[in-house]
Amino acid sequence: MFQILQGVFVEMSSQPFTHIKPKKGLQLINFRELVHYRDLFAFLVIRDIKVKYKQTVLGGLWAIIQPFFLMVVFTLFFGKLAKIPSDGIPYPIFNYTAMIAWTYFAGAINTSSNSIVGSGSLISKVYFPRVIIPLTSVLAGLLDFSLAFIVLLGMMLYYQIYPTILILTLPGLVVLMMLTAGGVGMLLAALNAKYRDIRYTVPFLVQFWMFITPIVYPASMVPERYRMIYALNPMTGVIEGFRAVLLGRTEFPGEMVLLSAVISLGLFILGLTYFKQVERYFADVI
Amino acid sequence: MSTPIIQVKGLSKQYHIGLREKSTRTFREALTDAFMAPVRNLRNLRRLTRVEHDSPDIIWALHDISFDIQPSEVVGIIGKNGAGKSTLLKILSRITEPTSGEIRLHGRVASLLEVGTGFHPELTGRENIYLNGTILGMRKTEIDRKFDEIVAFSEIEKFLDTPVKRYSSGMYVRLAFAVAAHLEPEILLIDEVLAVGDAAFQKKCLGKMGDVAYQGRTVLFVSHNMPAVRELCPRAIYLADGSIALDGVTDTIIEHYIKTSLNKINKTPHEFIIKAAAGSGKVTPLSVIIRNGKGDKSSVVDMDEDFTIAVTYQIHEPINNYHTFINVYSTDSTHVLGAATWDTHGLNPEVVSQPGTYTCSFSLPGHLLNKGAYTININGQSPGKGFIYQEENAATFTVSEFGGTGGAKSRNRPGIIRPLITSDIARLDRGDMDSQT
Repeated sequence: MFQILQGVFVEMSSQPFTHIKPKKGLQLINFRELVHYRDLFAFLVIRDIKVKYKQTVLGGLWAIIQPFFLMVVFTLFFGKLAKIPSDGIPYPIFNYTAMIAWTYFAGAINTSSNSIVGSGSLISKVYFPRVIIPLTSVLAGLLDFSLAFIVLLGMMLYYQIYPTILILTLPGLVVLMMLTAGGVGMLLAALNAKYRDIRYTVPFLVQFWMFITPIVYPASMVPERYRMIYALNPMTGVIEGFRAVLLGRTEFPGEMVLLSAVISLGLFILGLTYFKQVERYFADVI
Repeated sequence: MSTPIIQVKGLSKQYHIGLREKSTRTFREALTDAFMAPVRNLRNLRRLTRVEHDSPDIIWALHDISFDIQPSEVVGIIGKNGAGKSTLLKILSRITEPTSGEIRLHGRVASLLEVGTGFHPELTGRENIYLNGTILGMRKTEIDRKFDEIVAFSEIEKFLDTPVKRYSSGMYVRLAFAVAAHLEPEILLIDEVLAVGDAAFQKKCLGKMGDVAYQGRTVLFVSHNMPAVRELCPRAIYLADGSIALDGVTDTIIEHYIKTSLNKINKTPHEFIIKAAAGSGKVTPLSVIIRNGKGDKSSVVDMDEDFTIAVTYQIHEPINNYHTFINVYSTDSTHVLGAATWDTHGLNPEVVSQPGTYTCSFSLPGHLLNKGAYTININGQSPGKGFIYQEENAATFTVSEFGGTGGAKSRNRPGIIRPLITSDIARLDRGDMDSQT
């Protein structure tokens, strides 16, 4: 055993140097540190996934039940009763395609905005790059997203709707969705550490946001001249993009997606920057 | 001397404490107040993270602390609650940032402010080893390598795949400490973590920490456990009110620490007033006063010195053969001793005590009780006729050691009593016993 210990000592003799002092000015991301903590990141994601459906009867089915039953309700009320157009696509699959993206997005924002406050016991006891915490929720949510996606594949078979070659851009759209969720999540998580109003704002925000995103209706319902303003919401491009590449009945909304990409990247940078500026006082205010 | 592995220069940390807000009196005031609340709340919340120098609601948890620590030094940090010990460790481990000043650390730091940080109750022991290990800064490969060792140290092999929420608290702590004990940083910061677990495991942890020290690691150890500090740390830093009161050889520092904290206690004479005791009312106890060897009122007495326990009581009507009885209990409720006034004055049914106020003093010898806290129960009785009154937990006192001269004498001893026991050593294989006396 001593042999091993000795070995480790030699290996670590590079002697990392830490300088602790009050931080002033713009805080940048320490990528080397993030790389060192990548295992922690992985284990936190695994933890979130493993713990999520512990002691439930339906387990992972919950990931499907939520978007699926919402889709059923929306189909009844918006599709059948209100007769909202759906770009010539059967309403259930039109809506479900958007629902899986939205369920992921809403869930990621919900958990990440509460993540810093919820991890108070960790933050006040041990140091690690704090930014890992809100981003964990963004990654862990992808499993539920994939499960719900499988159901979408089944529906595509049922409706005989097949994706186009553009499906190759789907990973890019998923990344945009994650960037938006991550940016908003980090921003809200950081704000929530000090201003607990955020906890009450998030459910309201998510609901509001859902109605300005083309989920129960198509973006084509929005008058042409307002469409680019409408597309400032990055989830618009993502969801219209999802429909175009998966269902292949509508034109790929290139301009919207480009705008979404710019905005979601901007949101991510904004969220990360704000988070880095205020993370130094998390332990003191939680 | 080589360059210090930890350099702390002019370190200060400020915290905001809440001030009482003025209360409203009229309905109108309350209403305006409710509407103005958001503005006030916002102002208060914003101030929470701002540095201020002359505000009534700030406290300096640390004020201008400077010290150097050389590689492989093991340093104890002692001080009363609120002296800034934990704040210092939190800044050193980068959990919170200082208000001013700076620290230079040359080496990998691991801090143990709590065992089991990040343990998730739903996850199994195996999963928690990995989670907790990475939280403490280990890499996965590092944990893989030490996994068997960690499991062996924790003694929970059989429950490795059981969720930790089904663990007993002892198993939980053992697993948590096992992970922490296998950290291999150059600098280890430890806060009071030994206050958990059963005695046997504590010993094992102390042993493991001793190992850590001997492997040439630099350790900062915050503790109230003076014997542990004395055993592990050659050097100690004594913090008082956010500043360094003393820094030096552990034995001297601890002696000074105990003396100053006892002096504080001695300034407030201890008198345990008894409000209402259960009993017939013929006699009511008034107070219990403990006096140390110098005759001063104090609830802290020196292990070496004689001390007295005085019970003051009032007799309301003439009573035959009245006596006071005291019982002393240790903190684990062991009945240590009982003493009665009839031991000295004898039982005589003919003696009548007249109404009035009396004090009876019991003299207890030094070199009797071991260090620790004790409680006293008192009762009044006429033997054969039962209790006149009984008072549980009438007073408490602490036996401490501050006249101690250090060395083997000042080590903790097991047991409740600690009499001075002499010993003789005789060599048997030769006849000359003279040299031994």
